[in-house]
Amino acid sequence: MAKIQLNLISGRTIQQGVAIEGGKEKPAYREACGIIELDGEDFKKLGIYRNSNVRVTSPYGTVVVKAVDATQGPHPGLGWIPMGPWANSITNPNTYSTGMPTFKGVPVEVEPAPNEPVLLGIELVQKACRAEG
Amino acid sequence: MAEYLIKNGFVFDPAQKIKGDVADVAIKDGKIVKSVEKPKVIDAKGMTVMAGALEVHAHVAGPKVNIGRIFRPEDKLFTYRPTEKNHRMEGGFSIPTTYKTGYAYARLGYTTVMEAAMPPLFARHVHEEMRDTPIIDEGAYPVFGNNWFVLEYLKNKELENVAAYIAWLLRVTKGFAIKVVNPGGTEAWGWGLNCLQVKDPVPYFDITPEEIITGLIEANEYLGLPHSMHIHGNNLGNPGNYTTTLDTLKLAAGHKAKNKFGREQVMHHTHIQFHSYGGTKWADFESKARPIVDYVNKHKNITIDVGFVTLDETTTMTADGPFEHHLTELNHLKWANADVELETAAGVVPYIYSPDIFVSGIQWAVGLEIALLSKDPMRCYITTDHPNAGPFTRYPRIIKWLMSQKAREEQIKAFKANDKVVNASEIASIDRELNLYEIAQMTRAGPAKCLGLASMYGGLKPGQDADVAVYDFNPDKEHKPMEIEEAFSEVKYLFKTGVPIIMDHKFVSEGRKRTLWVDAKVNENPQVVRDVKEKFLKYYTVTEKNYEVVGKHFIPNPYAIEVDATH
Amino acid sequence: MTKTVTDVICPFCGTLCDDIEVVLSDDGKKILEVMNACAIGNEKFHHSQAADRPKRPRMQQPDGSYKEVSYDEAIEYTAQMFVKAKKPLMYGWSSTNCEAQSVGHEIGELCGAVVDNTATVCHGPSLIAIQDVGIPSCTLGEIKNRADRIIYWGCNPAHAHPRHMSRYSIFPRGFFTGKGQQSRKVIVVDPRPTDTSNMADYYYQVEQGRDYELLQAFRTALHGHWLPDMVAGIPKEKIYEGAEVMKSGRFGIIFFGMGVTQTLSKNHNIDAAIMLTKDLNEFSKFSIMPMRGHYNVTGSGEVLGWQFGFAYGVDLSRGFARYNPGETTSNDLLRRGEVDAVFVIASDPGAHFPISSVKKIAKLPSVAVDPHFTPTTEICKLHVPVAFVGIECGGNAYRMDNVPIDTRKVVDPPEGMLTDEQFLEKVLHRVKEIKGAA
Repeated sequence: MAKIQLNLISGRTIQQGVAIEGGKEKPAYREACGIIELDGEDFKKLGIYRNSNVRVTSPYGTVVVKAVDATQGPHPGLGWIPMGPWANSITNPNTYSTGMPTFKGVPVEVEPAPNEPVLLGIELVQKACRAEG
Repeated sequence: MAEYLIKNGFVFDPAQKIKGDVADVAIKDGKIVKSVEKPKVIDAKGMTVMAGALEVHAHVAGPKVNIGRIFRPEDKLFTYRPTEKNHRMEGGFSIPTTYKTGYAYARLGYTTVMEAAMPPLFARHVHEEMRDTPIIDEGAYPVFGNNWFVLEYLKNKELENVAAYIAWLLRVTKGFAIKVVNPGGTEAWGWGLNCLQVKDPVPYFDITPEEIITGLIEANEYLGLPHSMHIHGNNLGNPGNYTTTLDTLKLAAGHKAKNKFGREQVMHHTHIQFHSYGGTKWADFESKARPIVDYVNKHKNITIDVGFVTLDETTTMTADGPFEHHLTELNHLKWANADVELETAAGVVPYIYSPDIFVSGIQWAVGLEIALLSKDPMRCYITTDHPNAGPFTRYPRIIKWLMSQKAREEQIKAFKANDKVVNASEIASIDRELNLYEIAQMTRAGPAKCLGLASMYGGLKPGQDADVAVYDFNPDKEHKPMEIEEAFSEVKYLFKTGVPIIMDHKFVSEGRKRTLWVDAKVNENPQVVRDVKEKFLKYYTVTEKNYEVVGKHFIPNPYAIEVDATH
Repeated sequence: MTKTVTDVICPFCGTLCDDIEVVLSDDGKKILEVMNACAIGNEKFHHSQAADRPKRPRMQQPDGSYKEVSYDEAIEYTAQMFVKAKKPLMYGWSSTNCEAQSVGHEIGELCGAVVDNTATVCHGPSLIAIQDVGIPSCTLGEIKNRADRIIYWGCNPAHAHPRHMSRYSIFPRGFFTGKGQQSRKVIVVDPRPTDTSNMADYYYQVEQGRDYELLQAFRTALHGHWLPDMVAGIPKEKIYEGAEVMKSGRFGIIFFGMGVTQTLSKNHNIDAAIMLTKDLNEFSKFSIMPMRGHYNVTGSGEVLGWQFGFAYGVDLSRGFARYNPGETTSNDLLRRGEVDAVFVIASDPGAHFPISSVKKIAKLPSVAVDPHFTPTTEICKLHVPVAFVGIECGGNAYRMDNVPIDTRKVVDPPEGMLTDEQFLEKVLHRVKEIKGAA
């Protein structure tokens, strides 16, 4: 199956804001933030349908999210995952002595993952923490 | 409450004209009393006893002070003192933490401090910081000189309205006095402009600084507030600005103080050192202290504080926004600016008064000349405009310079360009040495009278608050200059409102600090009520209901001074 | 009769809207309607009343599940954790009031903690830049009343600060800006076209991570100096044009956000943006302002500032305050394993820190104080739910322009629930007891 390379950024969306106040234990949080917004061009390269699951992998981690159409674009070559545990599973934690992890501009690889589930936010974080056990 | 007797000290108390006589000071229930029955005795033999000192003008709490703290981490280097019993950790040099501000003033023998510029919209911030400043009683001056209400009312010559607005603002911000900073100039700064002279028009508002100053003097006396209009004039810090200062001082002519607090001045001109410069540019910069002091000496309705340059690396901060921009263009150090909607502005820039730079040396001389040429120490007060000309923790060094010609000579010798400093000033030819009585006038009785607080503070008369400082300094002995500085750097004993704060150089309590504010009652004024409502609806970004400072979490221990200005 | 509470302050973002109206049921207990708030604020007020919200502390069990415990047990666990730890991390503070922060700092001072707030993953780099080059700024009302040039750089208020543009910047009619939007020119710089850039008169789609170059190019263009044909993906003609737009205004403002603080150059981006602002003051009046995220992250910096002299990353472990970003900041401390207990309040690092840091928190003695269930509360050893500040209790908060606004209590918290401040007071009291006994 096709794999594509993207530059990943994250940040707030209004849906993310509403979802975090509505309860991060709820599925609505996953709908708002367990996604990656891709440009139409990148969907073509990847050869998948909108709203199907993909695995996003960076040098720092890997996560399954749902690929959706960019709501604010076009931005070919750029992937967008709203701020939250999904984005932070793969973000660049290096602060280079500034205190600030490098949340934006992470090189990632995206591949189709039709049979893998997108975890709930809390589930995702708990699983990662327990795996270390 | 316990009783105390401070025995056998050399007492200096201008409030009672006591000039170093050996006497006892008795304390009961927070007040000075004639005698006590079963006191704890403090042996002050061979020591100097004075009332707690008052600060008339320092930037110690609020938004611009905190900008200074936050944007200058370097100011904390080598200054931190860890947590001890009765004592939170404290740090910072020119912009100390709030805890250090309280402790450091107490160590110097200061018990009452006025924050010199409170932007009304930020009143909560000022009060939160004052709450976290232990020991000392504090008040804050809200700024009025560029406030849109004031500009509009004064342009239309509506004295009653401006007075009603001032009374309202003092109440909602819990403010103490009318502060004016660069009148009109700071509003002009909203557009990157300035008003350098008292007749320069303010953009759009079509009013001049002199109209603002005169109007606010009149409003202050109409209300009969404890303190007078307190001004930082136009054209601060520039060569040749002494003529602007004379123009400003002349605006007090013909006005007479009207109040029940024993205050005699109608204008307090602050940090006048920064306003007493001659020359046309930095190259021919010179002192013009003499013409300024001559004018002040002759006019009893004016008081001043000096703003001594202490020759330190410090942090300048003022509501004079355009000045700070000017300064950053001069010294190229980092610049913070904070314009405040409808009200004022502020700027913050670090500054190094280097003894190697002749301008700094001349500024040092100007400050000392003002104090030494001044004929009435009851009208001329020790300040550094903290932290603008230097930190307040340098007061002992200033006292040394004022009390010792030798100390001044040593400093002049240490200047890299001492000939330039001597030629551009008259400091080298002044041999006056102030005595402790005069120091007490400049730091206790004088400021208390000027603030309208002489019945509470600044003296050791029975009935006054028991704020007492005891210094390990024997005035009958000969002292090397450095011994003067050391003795006044740390009180041996300090009482605040009758509570022992420092005993034998150790903190034993944080007392129960109060926040002073002025509650002026005026006639109902529907016009002002309507104008306030309209400005909040249209131009402010907070609602009128969310403007007033209310609650114990801002002011745990308020002390309201009531004024009846209903006419 | 329903009752309407007016002038309510919205405790969500740094915009700190204070014109919210909340309609309550007859008994004053239920929030029926929230007016004037954005979608997020609206959700916050309503969700605070959810039946399934946690009301008592919950302790993690060996199998990872949670069991309800009393507040007293929670206070004891928290106090013991602080006293036993050599260097506890106290992180968060941005969604609570200044009074609670103040009590927390006293605990930190007694226990030698590192106190850090969400600026560490938000505008920390801005604070570093401010320490380098200062910050010419103003209150939001100055923009409303005077500004005719509005620049949003690396931020998307349409999503993150939904009422910012209508209350303060693009749309309001102020004293000198009677024509509102028509009297203003808007510039937006972002690597993605966004719902904010749709409002722009001039949109610059900067290459992601190249903000520094573009900022310096604008500084160059201001003075009419030479530029290469393309900078950061923008043709030079557009840069000269933008510089002219900035210069020709009477009063301008640059708002900036995570787009510049979280990309690689971090504080250097902000340095350049501030210097651009300073340069613009040679031609016009210009200000710059960080778009602060949490409603009281600014307040946390202010309180830390006046109490200790530093706005975030304050290390009290040596008995006096130290600050060194990269050393005393949360993610560095966690990744290097330099803290031995974690206390989180009023924020959610579980969701918003890189997962490598979150894993470290999960392994340590840890307490999360938060009204919601969050990824943080579900990996910490103890979760202490509390009342919502700004809804169930008042207290001071600082807007993004440093203006302090006292939040308002609208309804009572569920019976027996503590506020942040009350919980911390009790922990402080217990810490003093233990230390006194020791």
